Parts: sequence; C-alpha cells; structure tokens
Amino acid sequence: MLELKHISFEVDGGREILQDINLTLDGHVIALTGPNGGGKSTLAKVIAGIVKPTSGQILLDGEDITNLSITERANHGISYAFQQPVRFKGLRVKDLLDIATGRTHDMSMACRVLSEVGLCARDYLDRELNDSLSGGEMKRIEIAMTLARGTKLNIFDEPEAGIDLWSFQSLIRVFENMRENTDGRILIISHQERILNIADHIAYLREGRVEKYGTREEILPGLLSTVDETACRVLTEKMEVKTNA
Amino acid sequence: MLDKIAMGLLHQVAELDELPATGAFNIRLNGKTAARSSNPNVQIIPKTDKPGINILIKPGTKNETIHIPVVISESGVKESVYNDFIIGEDCDIIIMAGCGIHNCGDEDSAHDGIHSFNIGKGSKVRYIEKHYGEGEGRGKRLMNPTTIVHLCEGAVVEMENTQISGVDDTVRKTTATLDAGATLIVHEKVMTTGTQRAVSDFVADMNGEGCHCDIVSRTVARDQSHQKFVSILNGNAPCTGHTECDSILMDSASVIASPQLTATCIDASLIHEAAIGKIAGEQLIKLMTLGLTEEEAEEQIVNGFLQ
Repeated sequence: MLELKHISFEVDGGREILQDINLTLDGHVIALTGPNGGGKSTLAKVIAGIVKPTSGQILLDGEDITNLSITERANHGISYAFQQPVRFKGLRVKDLLDIATGRTHDMSMACRVLSEVGLCARDYLDRELNDSLSGGEMKRIEIAMTLARGTKLNIFDEPEAGIDLWSFQSLIRVFENMRENTDGRILIISHQERILNIADHIAYLREGRVEKYGTREEILPGLLSTVDETACRVLTEKMEVKTNA
Repeated sequence: MLDKIAMGLLHQVAELDELPATGAFNIRLNGKTAARSSNPNVQIIPKTDKPGINILIKPGTKNETIHIPVVISESGVKESVYNDFIIGEDCDIIIMAGCGIHNCGDEDSAHDGIHSFNIGKGSKVRYIEKHYGEGEGRGKRLMNPTTIVHLCEGAVVEMENTQISGVDDTVRKTTATLDAGATLIVHEKVMTTGTQRAVSDFVADMNGEGCHCDIVSRTVARDQSHQKFVSILNGNAPCTGHTECDSILMDSASVIASPQLTATCIDASLIHEAAIGKIAGEQLIKLMTLGLTEEEAEEQIVNGFLQ
C-alpha cells in the first residue's frame, strides 16, 4: 500500500504544484488522471524520488520512504516508466535490460518482456537506444523495462503517449496481462478512457489537488459526463468522431 | 623473453596471451624486436636505414591477421619507428597494431609510430590500434602515432583507434588519399583523465569518383584533461564524406571539436557533426530509477558511449 500524507511541492516563486495531497493508494491498478498541468507527473516523480516534496510523508507498505534516494526507492521496489523515454548513445536495449534486472543476458526474460510490448528480442536486443529508434519503439522499450523489473509498485507516466505504430489495443492488453499475472501494484497516469476502464481506483488531480478519489465505478461516470468548458468545440467534436469510428 | 608486465601490456593492446600460433607478426619490446615471423603471404622485413619494418602482403591474400604490437616496460625508452605496409590487390586482411607503455620510473617513455599504408586495388583491410598506458612512476607515457594511408581504386579500410586509459600525451596525425570507389571508415574512441592531453588531427583527400569517407570520433574527457579533434575532409571529386565528433565532458575537462569541409567538385557531398556536452541529468535519473547509484549510472553511460 502506498500512502501519501500532506504532500506539497512548491517551485521557486512560491507556486504550488502539489497542494496537501492525501491519498492512500490501495487496489491493484490505480489511475491518476486530470487536466494537463494538474500535477500528475510531479506526483509520480515525488513517489519515485525524482522530485523532493516541500513537505509531507510517503509510506510504502508502512515504511517511511520520504527521505530515500531515487536508487534506494528503486531497490525498495518502485519502477517508473518515463513519459518521454531517455535515449543513450552507445547503450543497447540488452544493456538496459541487464541494468533493469541486475542479471546478464537473460534471453528468455528478454524475449518474454519485449514480445509483451510487440518487439522481437532477436531484432532489438543489439539496437542502440539512440535516434535510430522511433518514439514509439522507445516507448515500448521503456514499458518493457518496467515489466522486466517486476517490482511491487510500477508507475507508468502516460504510457499511451507516443504509441504511434503499435495498436492501442495491444497496450491495453499489456496492462490487463500485468493485472492478471503480477502481484505488483500498477499506477498509471492517463487521459484515456480505455485505460481508466481497467483501473480499480481512480484519482482525479486538478490544480495540484486531489478533487476526486474512489473506485472506478464511483469516479469514472462523473469524469465522462464532465464537459470541459475551456475545450475547443471543433476539436472536441472531431475527437468524438475519431473515438466512435 | 617477455616478462609478466610485457605480457600484460601485450594482452591489453593486442589481446595476445602468447605468441600467435598462425599468421605473421612482429613484436617490439623496449626498442628492439622481441619476436618476428613471416609466412608465404606476409613478409616482414626489418628496415636497414632506420628503426622499423616493411610489411609486404602478397596480392590475393585473404583471412590473414597480422600482429605488430609495441610494448615498452622500461622507463625512459624513447623511439620513433617506421612501419610501411605494401598491400597487394584483392586482399582481405586484419592488422592488429597498438602500443602499451608501463612506466614506473621518473623518466618519460615515448613511442612515435609512423605507419604508411598503400592499399592495393579492391583490397579490404581492417586496422585495429589500441593505445594503453600504466605504471605509477612520475615519468610520462607518450604516444604520437602518424598514419599515412593511400587507398587505390575500390579499396576499403576500416580503422578502429582506441585510447581508453593511461596515456599522458598523444598527438595522432592521420592523412588519407582516396582513389575512385575507395572507402575509408574510421572509428576513434578516446578517454582522457587527470591532466592528459589527446589531439587527433585527421585529413582526407577524396580524389576519386565515388569514393567515400566516414570519420567518427567518440570521446570522454574527465578531470582536467584536454582533447582536440580536427577533421578535414576535402572533396575533390564526386564523393560522399561524413565526419562526426561526439564528446562527453566531465569535471573541469576541455574539448575542442573542429570539423572542416572543403568541396572543390560540384558533386562532392560532405557532412559534419560535432557535439560536446555533459551527461544529461535525465540519463542519470533513468538509470537510478533502475537501481543504480549516481556513480554507477555515470560509469554505465560512459562505458556504453565508448562501447
């Protein structure tokens, strides 16, 4: 169980990105949603230790991890798939897999996790994580690294972003499989209804505050009926047509 | 005749743990030839007017690996050695060169290797050169290689130059001339630490129609070390050329990257790229989220970059 107690985060100038967040994330799959700029990614980074909160406390399975470093949290069982995967000149997919798992050249594991995201290990293990890989390929590799680690808390920051050449359905299947086959808790930041649909619990963040938190059945219908008054009507109509197609 | 230190150096620069069982070789130890072997395809003949050897490779020689490592294990040895390769037509060979210096004394040790190559028509050569230094003495370990390459029509040369550790000062000069249809590919990997200095000076004259040159340098500069990379491509015919220098800068090190292109033919197509920068913070963070410490992450990034 992950408990966030009175988490706040201020940037220079006093602007509060997160304001007194209190959340107990139970359930197997938890979705974090809300408008852009609402603080979702910052909260994920606070949990992974990348951003240090101005105040508050974080407990993982009852243990206070607030002052642990990124590395210590990773070794306590937190994985974090970046929204924008990082490229490395010279490092290959297999190098990153070795780092992620702490094992060397585990071919059966590599095959299992890469095939899960629609990539063939034989074609990709020796590929450099540089500009020769497309954004979609990088994103899939990023997700595969988290699968390979198999930790107790797996954070995915907008996994659907950049999945261009791979069907969205396959991404949903990855999370469904994770839900069925792993014990690790899954925290997904997403705007996508179909991802929200596989969550047990949903937290809705807006302007740095948790506006809503509850089971999917409690939260999702309200979110879907909410009309964003600031949204462009033409764009909204086009998006609806695309979704229904 | 080769003691433990010399064998260690030989392993570092030539991946040899004993004398090669097959293939021609010339092993130079502390300014003298320690072992030499020719075969019907590869004749290694000592020069009579200056230190060095002539290496004559018979046309049509294939699948031969020639080792010509140099090791210096005594402090204060300084030498200039001239090695001339005459490679016949239609060969396909590997040349393993390299120099290792162990200096535990107070005097500088230096090896200046001047290598010239004439690569015959249609021949393919892979040239691997590793530079390595070790020893705790105050004397410096100095290496200044000069490489002069002429590629005849259709010849292909791949050069891999590696200097990862222990060399205090290097000025590497490489000049190449390419005839029609020739290809020259150079991969240089350098890491400098402490107050080391590494200068790489490369000039290629692409004179023949359809020739191609690709010069890629990846370097890491740490501590207070200094590096300079100058790469000049002269496109004098319909040709393609690419030169790239990519450096990771750490601590208080400094790097100068100076690619230069000259085209004197309307159909010459030349590209240069140069990038210098520190390790990106997000790269460190990514590897830390996978369980590495910051120091381990930095090491992985550097090793991968020079891989």
